[in-house]
Amino acid sequence: MSQRKDLSGYLFILPALAVILVFRFYPILQAIRMSFFRWGMAGPLHAVGLKNFGRLLVDTKFYQSLGNTFWYVLFVVPLTIIISLLFAQLLSQKISGRGIYRTVYYLPVVTSIVAVSVVWKWIFNPDRGILNAMFGLIGLDGLKWLNDARGIFEIILTPLHLEPSGFFAGPSVALCALIIMAVWHNIGYCVIIALAGLQNVPEQYYEAARIDGAGAWTTFRRVTLPLISPTVFYLIVTQSIFAFNTFTPVYVMTQPPGGPLGTTKLVVFYLYEQAFKLWNLGYANAIAFVIFIIIFFMTQFQKRFIERRVHYD
Amino acid sequence: MIRKFPIHALLAAGAFWMLLPFFWMLSTSLKTQNEALRFPPTILPRVPMFVNYLEAFRQVDFSRYFLNTLIMTLGTALLVFITSTLAAYAFARMKFWGRDLLFMLFLAMMMVPVPVYLAPSYVILSRFGWIDTFLALIIPWSANVFSIFLLRQHFKMLPQELFDAARIDGLNHLQVLLRIVIPLSRAVLVTIGIFQIVSNWNAFLWPLIVTHSDSMRTIQTGLAYFAQAESTNYPLLCAASTFTTAPLIIMYFFVQRQIMESYARTGIKE
Repeated sequence: MSQRKDLSGYLFILPALAVILVFRFYPILQAIRMSFFRWGMAGPLHAVGLKNFGRLLVDTKFYQSLGNTFWYVLFVVPLTIIISLLFAQLLSQKISGRGIYRTVYYLPVVTSIVAVSVVWKWIFNPDRGILNAMFGLIGLDGLKWLNDARGIFEIILTPLHLEPSGFFAGPSVALCALIIMAVWHNIGYCVIIALAGLQNVPEQYYEAARIDGAGAWTTFRRVTLPLISPTVFYLIVTQSIFAFNTFTPVYVMTQPPGGPLGTTKLVVFYLYEQAFKLWNLGYANAIAFVIFIIIFFMTQFQKRFIERRVHYD
Repeated sequence: MIRKFPIHALLAAGAFWMLLPFFWMLSTSLKTQNEALRFPPTILPRVPMFVNYLEAFRQVDFSRYFLNTLIMTLGTALLVFITSTLAAYAFARMKFWGRDLLFMLFLAMMMVPVPVYLAPSYVILSRFGWIDTFLALIIPWSANVFSIFLLRQHFKMLPQELFDAARIDGLNHLQVLLRIVIPLSRAVLVTIGIFQIVSNWNAFLWPLIVTHSDSMRTIQTGLAYFAQAESTNYPLLCAASTFTTAPLIIMYFFVQRQIMESYARTGIKE
């Protein structure tokens, strides 16, 4: 086929290219440019050079939102993946009712995060919520959940006369409520992916492990995990980015927005506030730029230090 | 049977936690306000109050939100089908200068997280005068790199003889795409359709930012608005949550296998 005949290729690509250029590529360039301006929706533009970034450096609320996001990602991702691997492993066994279990575990995948947030806010209700009612049944005191700003390390360590504060107090109880809900909501997707990975493990490997007398844990650690490590790595990378970009639960569940003492304010929510509540668009773009850099380096870090342990065939 | 008992126990315990929020949503949605506020709570409503559903519909214009979401979902999905099949065909089956470079550019766009282009997109849309219109909800999402990527993979795997034969028959590229390639790509198109339905139905941050008026709210921004307006009326909130999630859950029960396969496909690295 000659090169000239396929000039219509440009026509085929044009519709998609136009959308990508106008609504993805150009906005990214704009984001970089805008971060050097003071920019409200009305009024003139002021070039401010690096002032937005300078302001970012001394913005304690920004640091707090980064700290919150750090704890959030650090808890949500491993918890989700470990629980998902456990259930995927169980669901891959030949047992009766497997289809029903799968249906149940996948259900949250199609459920909107807004509805989920509304319902979990009710579940976490400190005075009337079903979670505190269940705590009561087993003789535990209820928690204030979404209204509780105390960090969990602070709670655990204070009786030992260590009193960590600020970032080192760990995620607040309120943020832990969001973490619990996120784990619940993300498990379905991760179980699907993990099960797909498990189905590619040839039966003979398990046979061999059984003949060698390996127990369930040894088989998992030495046979299953290395064989599904590409799947696990994929989940770690995508779930980390996904968790980092969390916005909706903070918006729907926390009151005041960002939770007690700002302890549930995740960085994307902070960006939203700056951009669309306070209309500091230039400043918001500086934040967006930092988010981009952090996600980029987070992924590079994972590639370097986790992918080394991944076995691709 | 005995050996399997621990597996069943663990799975049942997990299933209990996975179902609890759904159960609690349904149960609360049928209670009176008084009964919902009782502590410790009643497990099931004493008298099911189906009227809560009507009441939630009456308080805010949920039928309008449903219609808006339907328009947004169908509009976006239709355009994504058109832009993706065309672009994927060109990337997979046509030769022209800069093809691979353009494809790399497309893929690079997938790596940019949504928060980065929120504010500049808003500025661009307001310059176009599109804020608070369906154009703002649909057009920016009418090309989808992941769909192009999936289709391109599939188109590349189709046998070359098929295309040679079509050429000999005198079909042009568009005819090849419409008559031969698309009918052979049903599974991938179903996957893309499912993602379009789920992601548009559940979209929240974008509609929240690019629409303002009540009459432009989608189902998710409508629900969030209702949750703020009626922050303590849990039966009504749970009723609204139930009927906003019901359509996708019903779809899920009918096409569970396709949905699972579609999501499993996202984890495949080539």
